[in-house]
Amino acid sequence: MPSDSVVAGPVPAGPAGPAPASVSRVDVTGAAADMLRHLGATHGPLMFHQSGGCCDGSSPMCYPVGMFRTGGSDVHLGTLSVDGIDPVEVYMSRSQFEYWKYTHLTIDIVDGRGSGFSIEAPEGKRFLIRSRMLDEGELSALGLVTRGAVL
Amino acid sequence: MTIIDRPEAETTAPATSGPSVYANPGSPGAVMSYKPRYDNYIGGRYVPPAGGQYFQNPTPITGQTFTEVARGTAADVDAAVDAGWKAFEAWGKTSVAERAVILNKIADRMEANLELLAVAETWENGKPVRETLAADIPLAIDHFRYFAGCIRAQEGGISEIDHDTIAYHFHEPLGVVGQIIPWNFPILMAVWKLAPALAAGNCVVLKPAEQTPASIHVLLGLIEDLLPAGVLNIVNGFGIEAGAPLASHPRIRKIAFTGETTTGRLIMQYASENLIPVTLELGGKSPNVFFADVADQKDSFYDKALEGFTFFALNQGEVCTCPSRALVQRSIYDGFVADGLDRVAKVKQGNPLDPTTMIGAQASNDQLEKILSYMDIGKQEGARLLTGGERADLGGELSGGFYVQPTVFEGRNDMRIFQEEIFGPVLALTSFEDYDDAISIANDTLYGLGAGVWSRSGSQLYRAGRAIEAGRVWSNTYHQYPAHAAFGGYKQSGIGRENHRMMLDHYQQTKNLLVSYADGPMGFF
Repeated sequence: MPSDSVVAGPVPAGPAGPAPASVSRVDVTGAAADMLRHLGATHGPLMFHQSGGCCDGSSPMCYPVGMFRTGGSDVHLGTLSVDGIDPVEVYMSRSQFEYWKYTHLTIDIVDGRGSGFSIEAPEGKRFLIRSRMLDEGELSALGLVTRGAVL
Repeated sequence: MTIIDRPEAETTAPATSGPSVYANPGSPGAVMSYKPRYDNYIGGRYVPPAGGQYFQNPTPITGQTFTEVARGTAADVDAAVDAGWKAFEAWGKTSVAERAVILNKIADRMEANLELLAVAETWENGKPVRETLAADIPLAIDHFRYFAGCIRAQEGGISEIDHDTIAYHFHEPLGVVGQIIPWNFPILMAVWKLAPALAAGNCVVLKPAEQTPASIHVLLGLIEDLLPAGVLNIVNGFGIEAGAPLASHPRIRKIAFTGETTTGRLIMQYASENLIPVTLELGGKSPNVFFADVADQKDSFYDKALEGFTFFALNQGEVCTCPSRALVQRSIYDGFVADGLDRVAKVKQGNPLDPTTMIGAQASNDQLEKILSYMDIGKQEGARLLTGGERADLGGELSGGFYVQPTVFEGRNDMRIFQEEIFGPVLALTSFEDYDDAISIANDTLYGLGAGVWSRSGSQLYRAGRAIEAGRVWSNTYHQYPAHAAFGGYKQSGIGRENHRMMLDHYQQTKNLLVSYADGPMGFF
């Protein structure tokens, strides 16, 4: 169940340039939205920061707003609108975004053990990123050039 | 024999005489059993978690739960830090000889119980027992011995400022330190951090990974009597409930973490609030570079290089330095890759408790799901699947476990599967034209933990090794982790060095006594 997520441009204005509000970079599945509602009831307003590196790298880390300090090294990927809770901002480090900018991300949830300090772990669940390539129209709207043929 | 009935050193058979397939822990004929429950270990005894809750611990081999573990919280962390400081009063003053003796005794106890520890770690993590028998546990044993030696041999310093003024430099322990351990080598990664911290005279509060919370307690059961109460405290639990309270605790003097970048940043954020030092090991996307001259002859060196190509599958790819990017020079590409894929096809996947199994289970269901999601994005990005690409169903009770086929994708270095540590047996393969191209691709990554270079030319090997921005460049080898060779990251792979005497610096203060032996005043007043 996609939300009405909206892409803010990178904050501060970054490598993707300004993005039209009609193109989404990040979404959330219905099951993940249910978990966000559940967690929001306990923890209050929530945000995500996409991790990189080993172990549980590549996982989206979910924190109460204020726990994790974002800064100029981060890109704001978008805002998830989930009924019943405050908008959920999604961030990624700017350097990592350079390699991820051609993909659309959907935050899903699977059974798991978490790790890191992401707040869903005690529920026996783990947020997971599913990705798809942005299509030509989306890339164009985001000011990105399609990459060359493979190999 | 069970861990509860601690075996005597002499009664445990050496690994070489082990059975053809180890029985599941707890079943008839097993070399070890887990207890049904593990509490937190605080102040030299097991105490129930303050919140009274436990969480289930499944084995990734079958997916079945085999024990439950304390769900520690901030109150347990508080108690552990208190216990650490209480113990530090005496432990921090022990002689280096006393501490070295204890570390050596720990190593001896582990060595005498190698098979038991290896099976325990395999059951909890899913890795093949041939690895735990031959690598994880022997390396952990040697690590204690190495730091026992280092601390005995460490010197302070005397600087003669002038004839009457002398600066004495002493090493002093920090106090109570926090350590957060990853799940890919539950015992070895704990020992990498524990051995230098204890050698230097610190007390430790250790938080194991929630995916692998129990095997460290099997080790503790063997060595508990060797350490004074409170020197080593173990608080289990989830990151948000136990890890964050430990990392942000105002009374720890240092925090060490192995994991990923977002949590690494959060730990630095906490450390900045408390103004304490951190060491971080945050993984990589390690290039493994094969220059054309490796194929000059089809000899044992070529065979070694093919093993090097296949090392991405070691430990199911769950290694921070997994050589998950293979860069092969174009002039040998087709032939070398064909031979490499033949070698990958010979990787035997099976029951991790079978000593002939080379690749076992991924450590958790979420790890399995993440790997599958990367296979999906690799295909979408247009990478060519050369082998594998699927979850593996090994049948029987193993059907419930988390197995992935060794997988090779061919693609471009700007693809996500070339840029993110999948932490699975997934190789991203590409070609390069010449030396400069190789170095450029190798360094086109956010990370810099490990790298491999393969060449018959000593000068090429040396130049490439120096040019690659990574803390460890294996040259004509890979995946060796001996104590006495520094290990740590460049770029976003972390801060600090483990595995070497220099790690003591991360666990010690420098005390300088500046002494004047002059008889008269300085003359200012």
